[in-house]
Amino acid sequence: MGIDVKRRLMLKGSMAAGLATIAATAGLLSPRIVLAAWPQAAFEAKSFDTALSALLGSSSTAKSGDIKIKAPTIAENGAVVNVLVQTSMPDVESMSILVAKNGNPLAISVDMAKSADSFIKTRVKLGQTSKVYGVVKAGGKLFSSDRVVKVTVGGCGG
Amino acid sequence: MRVNIVNKGGQANIRLLIKHPMETGMRKDKASGKVIPAHFIKSLVVEHNGQQVIHAKCGVAVSKDPFFFFKVKNVAAGDSFKIKWEDNTGKSETKEEKIA
Repeated sequence: MGIDVKRRLMLKGSMAAGLATIAATAGLLSPRIVLAAWPQAAFEAKSFDTALSALLGSSSTAKSGDIKIKAPTIAENGAVVNVLVQTSMPDVESMSILVAKNGNPLAISVDMAKSADSFIKTRVKLGQTSKVYGVVKAGGKLFSSDRVVKVTVGGCGG
Repeated sequence: MRVNIVNKGGQANIRLLIKHPMETGMRKDKASGKVIPAHFIKSLVVEHNGQQVIHAKCGVAVSKDPFFFFKVKNVAAGDSFKIKWEDNTGKSETKEEKIA
């Protein structure tokens, strides 16, 4: 009888576990286009290091010559600065653009599937003359490169 | 949202232009002196044939009326792309397009 009771318990237990698995799987399969995780801590971080730590789990990046950043040397209008980041590294998981001297340095972070080319181009705001970083996560490691953009008119605040 | 996708020898060049104020939440209205609340695109997703290939997470430092340029490999004529953005107020826009 003791064994029988245990057997019941076992069955119950495994059923519960089974249901949990189903629920978890459903969660994973539900369309990811339902925009889930926006890394609030990373976007609200006030320094380059804390933003990177909150976003990618570490703030130490290896300098890489294989990250190409194209941005103007002098931007007349800090509100609209064209930035292009590109790399030929394999296994790129994400690419991010950070503006070191902005109140919140993280501007954009792009998660990429394998079929996405490791290339992003967008326009960002610069509050003042600052280093602009391109950070690439590839094969679980972080790489970065930077460029200074001089701003004559700030792009933040009125 | 303006979507321009060009199939360049099996690679899709995707250019997006979105009309959006991208308010930082730090600017003040000059007339009333009140802070203009933050209003910005948080997330932008590109799907290729139903598969998510790009998920951009944006902050307030992305310029007003954002422009994005992405490239997706291994595409063929007739493939479908779906682009969706969502902002911090819950507003969103979706566009689907087939490439030639």
